[in-house]
Amino acid sequence: MDTLIENWITRIADAARSGASLTIRGGGSKDFYGGPERGERLEVSEHRGVVAYEPTELVVTARAGTPLVELAATLADKGQWLAFEAPHFGPSATVGGMLASGLSGPRRQAVGALRDFVLGVKMLSGSGEVLSFGGQVMKNVAGYDVPRLLAGSLGTFGVVLEASFKVLPLPVAEKSLRFALDEAAALARLNEWGGRPLPISASAWHDGTLTLRLSGAAAAVEAAQRNLAGEPLADADAAAFWHSVREQTHAFFAGDAPLWRLSLPSVAPLQALGPTLVEWGGAQRWLRAGDARAIRVAAAKAGGHATLFRADDALKTSAGVFQPLAAPLARIHRQLKSAFDPQGVFNRGRMYPDF
Amino acid sequence: MSMETTVAERRFTLDRQALIARLRAVLPAPALLAEEEEMRPYDCDGLTAYRQLPLLVVLPEDEAQVQAILRVCHELQAPVVARGAATGLSGGATPHRDGVLVSLAKLKKIISVDPLARTAVVQPGVRNLSVSEAAAPYGLYYAPDPSSQIACTIGGNVAENAGGVHCLKYGLTVHNVLRVRGLTIKGEIVEFGNAALDAPGYDLLALINGSEGLLAVITEVTVKLTPKPELAQVVIASFADVRLAGDAVASIIAAGIIPAGLEMMDKKAIHAVEPYVRAGYDMDAEAILLCESDGTPEEVAEEIARMTAVLEASGAAGIRVSQNEAERLRFWAGRKAAFPAVGRLTPDYLCMDGTIPRKRLAEMLEAINALSEKYALRCANVFHAGDGNLHPLIMYDANQPGQFERAAAFGAEILERSVRFGGTITGEHGVGIEKIDIMAEQFTLAEIGAFHRLKAAFDENGLLNPGKGVPTLARCREYTQARAGGAATSPRS
Repeated sequence: MDTLIENWITRIADAARSGASLTIRGGGSKDFYGGPERGERLEVSEHRGVVAYEPTELVVTARAGTPLVELAATLADKGQWLAFEAPHFGPSATVGGMLASGLSGPRRQAVGALRDFVLGVKMLSGSGEVLSFGGQVMKNVAGYDVPRLLAGSLGTFGVVLEASFKVLPLPVAEKSLRFALDEAAALARLNEWGGRPLPISASAWHDGTLTLRLSGAAAAVEAAQRNLAGEPLADADAAAFWHSVREQTHAFFAGDAPLWRLSLPSVAPLQALGPTLVEWGGAQRWLRAGDARAIRVAAAKAGGHATLFRADDALKTSAGVFQPLAAPLARIHRQLKSAFDPQGVFNRGRMYPDF
Repeated sequence: MSMETTVAERRFTLDRQALIARLRAVLPAPALLAEEEEMRPYDCDGLTAYRQLPLLVVLPEDEAQVQAILRVCHELQAPVVARGAATGLSGGATPHRDGVLVSLAKLKKIISVDPLARTAVVQPGVRNLSVSEAAAPYGLYYAPDPSSQIACTIGGNVAENAGGVHCLKYGLTVHNVLRVRGLTIKGEIVEFGNAALDAPGYDLLALINGSEGLLAVITEVTVKLTPKPELAQVVIASFADVRLAGDAVASIIAAGIIPAGLEMMDKKAIHAVEPYVRAGYDMDAEAILLCESDGTPEEVAEEIARMTAVLEASGAAGIRVSQNEAERLRFWAGRKAAFPAVGRLTPDYLCMDGTIPRKRLAEMLEAINALSEKYALRCANVFHAGDGNLHPLIMYDANQPGQFERAAAFGAEILERSVRFGGTITGEHGVGIEKIDIMAEQFTLAEIGAFHRLKAAFDENGLLNPGKGVPTLARCREYTQARAGGAATSPRS
């Protein structure tokens, strides 16, 4: 085995023996996400590189430390990409961090989330075992779906060594349109459009403006553009806009006020809780500031949940990063965690404070 | 038959009369079946080669009754097997001889269809096709379409993570379900997912899909509905050589096309289907491809032209494009009827379900033909070519001594090859009891051990669907040793 991985196994065994905790860290671009860091760092970004990529199989396998920019370039070379448009949050972002955070970008409403594209993983458990689940094929129901379980698990199960993803062809044509609408009207419009076979690949409403992106075959994009009217954006402006939403460099995300992410049914009514940016056809709503308790109650009442996406450690500790779980689910979470990491070595408190 | 011991290797000691008394106390009288003739219809699922009577059959009418049943079973430590329409092909719903079979067939209400949110909330016993029928007035449908969609139920679809002929573009069940409500073996109500696109914590919704009834009993499912495309058209291309057809599949993907469906049938499958369905397939072809495009009329026209060009360049001997919806449905009817059509040609058949990288399709077909000769059994092939998912149908006669064993060995060799080719032993039918031994081909002992610990997080005492899905570690060792020994004495051809 790779000496790098052998060293990690030793460190994991040492930590397990001494009761210490390790924080798994790739490029560090998502250090801000999840509960405050505890324990020593296990730096894993050196384990990098694309292991296998065959465009006609629509699958890529990469080591966890592979920088996302590098992977994107490899795929773009063959006219393909990871269609869920994961946010990078910095040039150092890696495949492992993308999988562990489980975050998806603007295209999520149209193509699905990161977890929908995960086909296989190779990981290092808290007992230092190398385990492989899933594979490199589209359909695979042998054994439990551990690869998808690892998506968004914030490194609490183990160190991801490699991951395989389904890739798709880049869209042939794209066009973004703008509409002047208030929030309630935008939500109504988005849900109405969502029920029609339109090639909408992203949507963002903020401050009286709804921006819509159409993607697909040239003919379909043109037909939808005629159909929906709206004011077309220049291609470069559109690309910059969607990048700023994905990477949270848009003015809405500036400043130190806490950032909340509300994941709600797209039809949930307008939540008058503070300044808002709406994405995913109404299913993802970003909020600046507001009372933590009120936000959590409102999100649950609307049928969804709220995440304290960016905040200082004090607020994260007092409010909790993720919506609390019902008792049976919390128990299942703790037991699942110990199924892969019995000594609780990895990323303690990154998801919930009690594991 | 020796198969019975396979079904229930782990025994449970139960006082049947006490169990009956406890269940009678919580269920209306007709909801409990205890006589052999009443239970006979429940003795197998779609894998009819394996039959087993359970200790009891219960037919709850609502979630509260399911909960009461599970509480009793948990207290008395009785194994529980949940069942929907029992169309599954891997024995996932085969009863346990010491256990209670819970049929969810009476939980068949479509609770709501929300056209604006594009979701439907349904009970587990609702048939797959009825969801699409209920959504049709709103221009919506439920995308996953397994061939058994007229009969199979949503609960079973979730348990098996069912696929279909359109999943390359529209995904499997796991991609089309937002929330699953169910009960743990202790009778606790749990909700995986919610009405939003994601839920806090671990993605237990992903885990419950394809968990084969080993983690929880499903009582309600929220599914995603998809807007019906304005138009769909299918191209049928016939090939004089299976290798050309296999290469054409790769060329379509290489051209940047993701067809709504991409299916392949070999000559034996065509010859089984055509006299039965009259779909209009080319009887002279060695293989045909069905390649579907959907979307706006402009989009479909553009894509059909591109597909046709690729198929021509790939050496297709004949190409036909459906000219109207009736013709499109007729073209698909042949593919969807492939299993029953083969069923007409043979007393029994085994349906395999390996998935391989697409580039190995032609190689695999040639290997299957060689195996067909080796075992002297006919085999027709239908493939979800777009996903590399194979359905070789091995024909045999269970009444002829030794034929079932030969068919099973033939199937096992196909699955071993699937793993060796970088694929999997099951793409969409599940492991169940059928493929439980061959799990050791795909997973190490450490991985199997992790599966057992994962299962224990939901069901500590292993009462839900015991003997399915994941082999015991002892069995894996036996399998590996037997294989090693076998190879030493009789090297494989």
